Amino acid sequence: MKIAVCLKQVPDTEAEIKWDIPSGTLKRDGMDSITNPFDEFALEEALLTRENYDGDIVAISMGPDKAADVLRNALALTVNAVQQVSDPAFAGSDTYATAYVLAQAIKKIGDVDVVFAGKQSTDGNTGVVAAELAAILGWSQLTYVAKVRSIDAAGKKIVVERAIEGGNEVVEAKLPAVVSVIKGINEPRLPNLMGIRKAAKVEIPKWNAGDLGVDAGKVGAAGSCTKVVEIAVPPPRGAGEILKGEIEDIANALTDKLIDLKVIK
Amino acid sequence: MANDVWVYIEHKDGAVTPMSFELLGIGKTLADGFGSSVCAFVVGEKADDIAKDAFAYGASKVYAVEGAEYKGFRADAYSKAATSLLDKYKPAVALFRATSQGTDVAAASAALLGFGLCTDTIGLAVDGGKMKMTRAAFGGNYTVSVVNEKAIPQIATVRPKAFAMPEKDASKSGEVVKEAFSVAEADLNTKVLEFIQSATAVNLVEADIIVTGGRGVGNEEGFKLIKELADLLGGAVGASRAAVDSGWIPYEHQVGQTGKTVKPKIYIACGVSGAIQHLAGMRTSDCIVAINKDPDAPIFKAATFGIVGDYKQVVPKLVEKFKGKLGR
Repeated sequence: MKIAVCLKQVPDTEAEIKWDIPSGTLKRDGMDSITNPFDEFALEEALLTRENYDGDIVAISMGPDKAADVLRNALALTVNAVQQVSDPAFAGSDTYATAYVLAQAIKKIGDVDVVFAGKQSTDGNTGVVAAELAAILGWSQLTYVAKVRSIDAAGKKIVVERAIEGGNEVVEAKLPAVVSVIKGINEPRLPNLMGIRKAAKVEIPKWNAGDLGVDAGKVGAAGSCTKVVEIAVPPPRGAGEILKGEIEDIANALTDKLIDLKVIK
Repeated sequence: MANDVWVYIEHKDGAVTPMSFELLGIGKTLADGFGSSVCAFVVGEKADDIAKDAFAYGASKVYAVEGAEYKGFRADAYSKAATSLLDKYKPAVALFRATSQGTDVAAASAALLGFGLCTDTIGLAVDGGKMKMTRAAFGGNYTVSVVNEKAIPQIATVRPKAFAMPEKDASKSGEVVKEAFSVAEADLNTKVLEFIQSATAVNLVEADIIVTGGRGVGNEEGFKLIKELADLLGGAVGASRAAVDSGWIPYEHQVGQTGKTVKPKIYIACGVSGAIQHLAGMRTSDCIVAINKDPDAPIFKAATFGIVGDYKQVVPKLVEKFKGKLGR
């Protein structure tokens, strides 16, 4: 089985984000970066799939040169191959442009049975790239996956549980499929020191726009039809009221205030 | 009609999701801005009953694709059918709720039509003949406004409860436009085998009241108090990442950057410090109550009402008072 996993480098969720207003660019200098937390679950699911069914894993990351770090981390976790997808022309790609570039990369890799991706990134937060990727490829679109029940590469079939409103939907789908996973599907493992050392020496292969044969009019800020027109700091919430006094009085006052909102039925 | 604003109506096996009518309200506001009409669109086995309700909530027309293959939700079938309608009638805007189904159909339809979309929007307005879509970014510390310059339609998913539900007027009616579009079973990729109802049936996103426990709750036992207050108020139980990662409560309860984004009318945070990742998931709640022992906890900066104290003392007191006042 050929397994692909999409990894995105994002600013550390602990880091303070600075935008350059009004130019609308992120001040990335000196910002710590990590693998998108949701993608760690996707990578672990790829590793588990290989353990359970055999196969090869290729990890893909689209992003600037620095994003090679997330692929090194994947190598340290023993993926079979990595592929960086990087070109200055890709900068500013919206969700469709991103999914289109990833689709081209997956087609170029060839013979992929299943693509794992995280449910969303913690920076862009759009949560739609995996679904768009599936639609562009014409592959099974399996989102919000909380459990992979079985994969039958020979029979071209996968069964998953999707965590949707009110419960889990069990879906059988044809392969190839794009599977986006939620937190809790597994417990991502950590790389060991030897893996990290080995990965540090590997040259990360890179494909650019020309290698992928992408239509330049469809990618990057120029090719994306969604454009950021304004970045603003939302108005702060009005100063709150700290209720002081004896607990009896505080509880009395608060319950009155909440009942007055006429929300409690 | 060109320039119309379309609202996608969700259903589960034919049973309409009543909250999906809420977008007809903001849809009407946008349509007024464009000088056009707000319409609903549905993909399903039968659309007539759903259409009746859509008219009552303000849709002037309902566009529908019907067929046996659309009985239960399947991303590929629904997206192809929705795309056939959007491609034929070319409305200016198509709005979907940012639920699992809404997001799946919106994303796949946009991709099939060949352009991007804006997701989880919290603000929508007509600006210079286009729809300006505003969403929270980077933990809600910034809002980003986006326009879709070339796309027809401009597609957005909208955070549930971001806009008020319009008034219902059952006397209203309108025209149902049915388009024939079928997909052969052999061309479909997925088949739903079964649905496993969640034992706890948490629906944080739709809840009007959420009582959340954080690291300060201390253990699994502590969540019993949280649940008691939530149950008393008819609300849902939320949790911070720290509480979920400690194994005190399942992930489906998690609120925050790597959990659910919620916008209840009342959010009561117990023993939640208010890390930026948690605030990202709940800061747009209407009324936030914070209960925390640490007077310097960041949650107090976001709170409407704050109580500095141990939730183990405060929550039972609140339960007692609510029981008395609500007669429960």
